[in-house]
Amino acid sequence: MVFTLCVLPALLVFSDAFEITGRLGANPIEEIQDRFGNWTLRFVMITLAVTPLRRITAWNWLIRFRRMLGLFAFFYALMHFLTWLILDQELLLSAIAEDITERPFITLGFTAFLLLTAMAVTSTNGMRRRLGRRWQQLHYGVYAVGALGVSHYWWQVKADIQEPLIYAIILATLLGYRVWWRRRTQRQ
Amino acid sequence: MLILKPSDIRPSDITSKHNYVNRRDFIKAGAIAGAVAGGSAFAAPALGATAPQQRGTKLGDVGESPFSTDELANSYEDITTYNNYYEFGTGKGDPSANAGDFRTRPWSITVEGHAENTGTFQFEDFIKPFDLEERIYRMRCVEAWSMVIPWVGISLADVVKHMKPTSNAKYVAFETLNDPVRMPGQRRRVLDWPYRESLTIAEATNPLPILAVGLYGEVLPNQNGAPLRLVVPWKYGFKGIKGIVRMSFVDERPRTSWNIAARHEYGFYANVNPNVDHPRWSQARERRIGAGLFARKQPTLMFNGYGEQVARLYDGLDLRRNF
Repeated sequence: MVFTLCVLPALLVFSDAFEITGRLGANPIEEIQDRFGNWTLRFVMITLAVTPLRRITAWNWLIRFRRMLGLFAFFYALMHFLTWLILDQELLLSAIAEDITERPFITLGFTAFLLLTAMAVTSTNGMRRRLGRRWQQLHYGVYAVGALGVSHYWWQVKADIQEPLIYAIILATLLGYRVWWRRRTQRQ
Repeated sequence: MLILKPSDIRPSDITSKHNYVNRRDFIKAGAIAGAVAGGSAFAAPALGATAPQQRGTKLGDVGESPFSTDELANSYEDITTYNNYYEFGTGKGDPSANAGDFRTRPWSITVEGHAENTGTFQFEDFIKPFDLEERIYRMRCVEAWSMVIPWVGISLADVVKHMKPTSNAKYVAFETLNDPVRMPGQRRRVLDWPYRESLTIAEATNPLPILAVGLYGEVLPNQNGAPLRLVVPWKYGFKGIKGIVRMSFVDERPRTSWNIAARHEYGFYANVNPNVDHPRWSQARERRIGAGLFARKQPTLMFNGYGEQVARLYDGLDLRRNF
């Protein structure tokens, strides 16, 4: 059920492409990239919201879904990246390399994507056992992914920073909560 | 007299005979066109299948122009639903969703500065002395997408000559309406309102630029800059200021809105130039709207392919420094 909800935005992209549920509009590639990018950020935020929610509501069952939510963040990041790579950059490797190295906002986005990929491939129980303490260190990278992702978006917009700003505020709240919680538990 | 059939005009229809209303009806229709185009039942894409567009009133006495390209024009739907008009919202679909009720009559245009024929004119009187022409122009946005748009407009050079600028007039400056009540996007300071743009007097007297009043042979829809907007096809689209209320002849280079917003990204000249990148993206290629999901980008042409008419304006000018 949760899985279906998570995959729904991607399904809508396809059904809108064929004008079944809606339209992608005059610039479909831009629209697809925008949607996949937004859902990447949203799933990063949702994943980061699991722990605060559990603590506030005592809904401990939420933890069962966190890995799947995190993997969907990776999934949407992958789709966002592939759309850029194939539809936007037309697999022209020189242009791609130039963009990744010379356009700072793309460097940030690509770094976030690499981090998400590393977390995705180490998301299995087996990997967790194998990596031990270093697994947790790697997966704290989700905080960096959030910051990199928001910066990537902020740096990409022309003039209207409203949407990246909203994500930034949400991210700051989610991270701020953790800082506050840690301080609180340390004082006890 | 009001034509409301929501059919798409095929490119072959552009220059074929229509049931034109005559010019007097255009003036009368202007008052209604605002409401007709305003009543546009365009549903936001998220709500489902596109509702049919209500079309504006047809324009009569529209001549042809040798400056028109013979490339295929983009669809009316794409041209009128994919817009950068931040006065009505910063999303591409916002202007068509939000500009419906924008009243474009009465509309006055103030001409001021170093010219003989200054004053404040009602829109109909402002355009009356000039011939309507169809100009099918390429439009290249600084964001690296482009369209082919069949504008109807009057030659800016003719308008400028009619104003009789003095020798002190080095630039023509334009201003958009500043009214946050009627233009909800202006309630946020996304840009430094009102929108301002400008051309050198040499650029303004070039035969290419027009003041557009129509699209596809009909009155210009609100989201495209009704009732009057500038089209300068060899420059990036942000030079095409919409909803013009003021024309000033000045001797010093005026500030322009996108240059105010980001000095290193948007220049005064803004000539389409594949060799000068935007700081954050390449300008070497562009995505042609309507080409399809899997279409490749196409190479961007110097001066958007209008070099023959305008390159000499920039002889000796370093176009990298003067971007």
